[in-house]
Amino acid sequence: MTIKEFALPDLGEGLTEGEILKWLVGVGDVIELNQPIVEVETAKAAVEIPAKWAGKVVTIHHPEGTVVEVGSPIIAIDTDPSGSSSPAPAPSADSAEPEAGLIGGPAPGGRTAVLVGYGPKTTEAKRRPRSTSAPAAAPVAAPAPAPVVAPAPVAKAPAPAPVAAAPAPANGVHVLAKPPVRKLARDLGVDLATIAGTGPQGSITRDDIEAARSAPAPAPVRATAAGPREQRIPVKGVRKLTAANMVASAFTAPHVTEFLTVDMTRAMKALDRLKTNREWRDVRVSPLLVVAKGVLMALKRHPMVNSSWDEAAQEIVVKNYVNLGIAAATERGLIVPNIADAQDLSLRELADAMSGLVATAKSGKTPPAAMTGGTFTITNVGVFGVDTGTPILPPGEAAILALGTIREQPWAYKGKIKLRQVTTLGLSFDHRIIDGELGSKFLRDLGEFLTDPEAALLAWG
Amino acid sequence: MTKGEPAPRRSGATRAGRSGGTPPEPEYVQLLTPSGERVNHPEYSVDFTAEELRGLYRDLVTVRKLDTEATALQRQGELGIWASLLGQEAAQVGAGRAMRTQDMAFPTYREHGVLYTRGIDPIMPLSLFRGVDQGGWDPVANKFNLYTIVIGAQTLHATGYAMGVAKDGKVGTDDGEAVIAFFGDGATSQGDVNEAFIWSSVFHAPIVFFCQNNQYAISEPLERQTRIPIYQRAAGFGFPGVRVDGNDVLAVYAVTRAALDNARLGQGPTLIEAYTYRMGAHTTSDDPTRYRVSSEVEAWQAKDPIARLKALLVKEKAAGEDFFKQVDEDARIEAVSLRERVLSMPDPDHSQIFDHVYAEGSPLVDAERKQFEAYMASFEGGH
Repeated sequence: MTIKEFALPDLGEGLTEGEILKWLVGVGDVIELNQPIVEVETAKAAVEIPAKWAGKVVTIHHPEGTVVEVGSPIIAIDTDPSGSSSPAPAPSADSAEPEAGLIGGPAPGGRTAVLVGYGPKTTEAKRRPRSTSAPAAAPVAAPAPAPVVAPAPVAKAPAPAPVAAAPAPANGVHVLAKPPVRKLARDLGVDLATIAGTGPQGSITRDDIEAARSAPAPAPVRATAAGPREQRIPVKGVRKLTAANMVASAFTAPHVTEFLTVDMTRAMKALDRLKTNREWRDVRVSPLLVVAKGVLMALKRHPMVNSSWDEAAQEIVVKNYVNLGIAAATERGLIVPNIADAQDLSLRELADAMSGLVATAKSGKTPPAAMTGGTFTITNVGVFGVDTGTPILPPGEAAILALGTIREQPWAYKGKIKLRQVTTLGLSFDHRIIDGELGSKFLRDLGEFLTDPEAALLAWG
Repeated sequence: MTKGEPAPRRSGATRAGRSGGTPPEPEYVQLLTPSGERVNHPEYSVDFTAEELRGLYRDLVTVRKLDTEATALQRQGELGIWASLLGQEAAQVGAGRAMRTQDMAFPTYREHGVLYTRGIDPIMPLSLFRGVDQGGWDPVANKFNLYTIVIGAQTLHATGYAMGVAKDGKVGTDDGEAVIAFFGDGATSQGDVNEAFIWSSVFHAPIVFFCQNNQYAISEPLERQTRIPIYQRAAGFGFPGVRVDGNDVLAVYAVTRAALDNARLGQGPTLIEAYTYRMGAHTTSDDPTRYRVSSEVEAWQAKDPIARLKALLVKEKAAGEDFFKQVDEDARIEAVSLRERVLSMPDPDHSQIFDHVYAEGSPLVDAERKQFEAYMASFEGGH
């Protein structure tokens, strides 16, 4: 058993980190030399890394989604799995190749080697050339108005070790104080941020510290401030892509949104009847299904809505197929997988495709191919209990429909006010392609379908 | 999309409308179709023996295997960067094999295939990209200049060299010397390349400009480089231009050989546009999926240079399964050896950068070397 650690290399030029997108092997797998083992995304590219050694995967150090620094081990491979019987899998220090001198990794001497650029900031140089003669500074400064106590002997000796980086006050205000004063404050347990300085430029002096210490403890101003006041979340992966797409779309396609409130009582009843049908026994039937069908029907009547704007060619591309996108909220963020060629599907096939689609998206296994090429998208914000929204177009699509929650509302029905199952549709469309007239007609037809699907099927079918 | 349909017909195909499907195939010299059928051309032909065809096949497979290994080595942290030739094997091997021993080549940084045909140890470019040396081959002895990273600069070097060849009186006979300069489609937008065209045209330099049009200048597609086919630009400079199917090793060989012969006989320059496709990334620092669609890559996959030569060898019964297996195995062994040699390359001494500044040294450089050595020694634990 010989365990080798594979460290994340610099995959571009001068990169310092990469995100583990996907492991292509698992612990226990026997792998060959150059077999792809992991997909890593850097600032430059998403690439597959081939195995450096043949052997058996012993450990995977980071789960998918982790951002890993260049030079840190990501996978341990036993290059001699059938070899000597040493049972302990713990890699000994020397068998684990430390990849000394690896670009981006620690080089002997504590420096960090990078090919281009300045590289990681975190490593500290062991030696600072010629900076020791400098730190005189303050004592010579203009005489302080108050007789400042001459700096104690401690202050004169150049601090042997730089006092650990000035403790940044929690409230973010920069406090002026000389290093020995800071040390005194730390030793005495006085928080510099709570003291008003009386020294030059409002800096805090030793006297201030002493005074603060003997004074009654200031009111516990920040007793309530438990935990950080802000949290910073790195923008990456799906969130990053979503943001880029939304910005690109919002600032290239002029959006218009129209709303229509429809009475879906009949449609809901029709769905209930469907559920009792033997052939539909195990099928998930949801209002989204009838909306999807309605969209497909309405698109057939208004094909222009199913189109995209080709800026480069100065052409409108009208699609004779519908790749119906269904926006899904997943743990990784918003994913919009689509059902390819949905226009040809029967209602039953559509139902099967939709349930499979959402399940796959939730488990994070949607293949990239299923997320590209959508032509029309439905976003079901109703599942979150809201009435409707003004959705933003996915890039490359001319329209998107938001389906609101369906709930009982008083509704004028056959001359009386009745409680009916009502929802509000929100249709955003690209005004470069679709005029208000076309958008309205499409939405009206969709509303007609959802009000009485059976009649619409007969009339348009 | 329309994947899976047979590759479109070669030159002369009527211009299909813009309504989807694959764009029409451009006019070019082709002697071997993607399915391995020989094509007659009125001007160009090859008369290879079966053994020579097998040799070309071996070249193509070996060059691709070594290239793939180099890419893997970069991914494993053993090379700083690598510019893959994947997809351009036929253009490079065809051009390289068309050169005679006395001919001089000026490469970019991607001509690993040409380098291989010049008999240079394929390990050499890897030491360059590992940062161990500047490319260890002797450009004079091998008649293959060092890699030029600056885009298009080598075309001027080549032009000057070719003018020198002419002044030395080495052109005009059948054993004259010809020069070939390699560059890509993106380089044609560089001033250097256009200047080289002008100089070599005006001074009738014995040079072949060999442009591997792999369709992308990093991420910029060809249509942002030129409004007309690249080879047609030559007319404006006053010398002939020809486009060849860059994935057809036979056609590339025939066209390049003819152009080199014209140069060596004193007929002046030629521009060859080898129409091909970079199947991989520009370099390992690049992500082609951000600017190319997979259907395009798939369409070019069907025009693979190795597959069509293999089909020809099978069709003409010039090689059997044993041969193909043997070639694969030999290439694999060579790749393993390449890997081992890369991993065992010693790190260079820091002061080596001062070694070749002047052939006979200089007091200034000596002083700088001393200063640098003292600086390096000032770190704990040596460098």
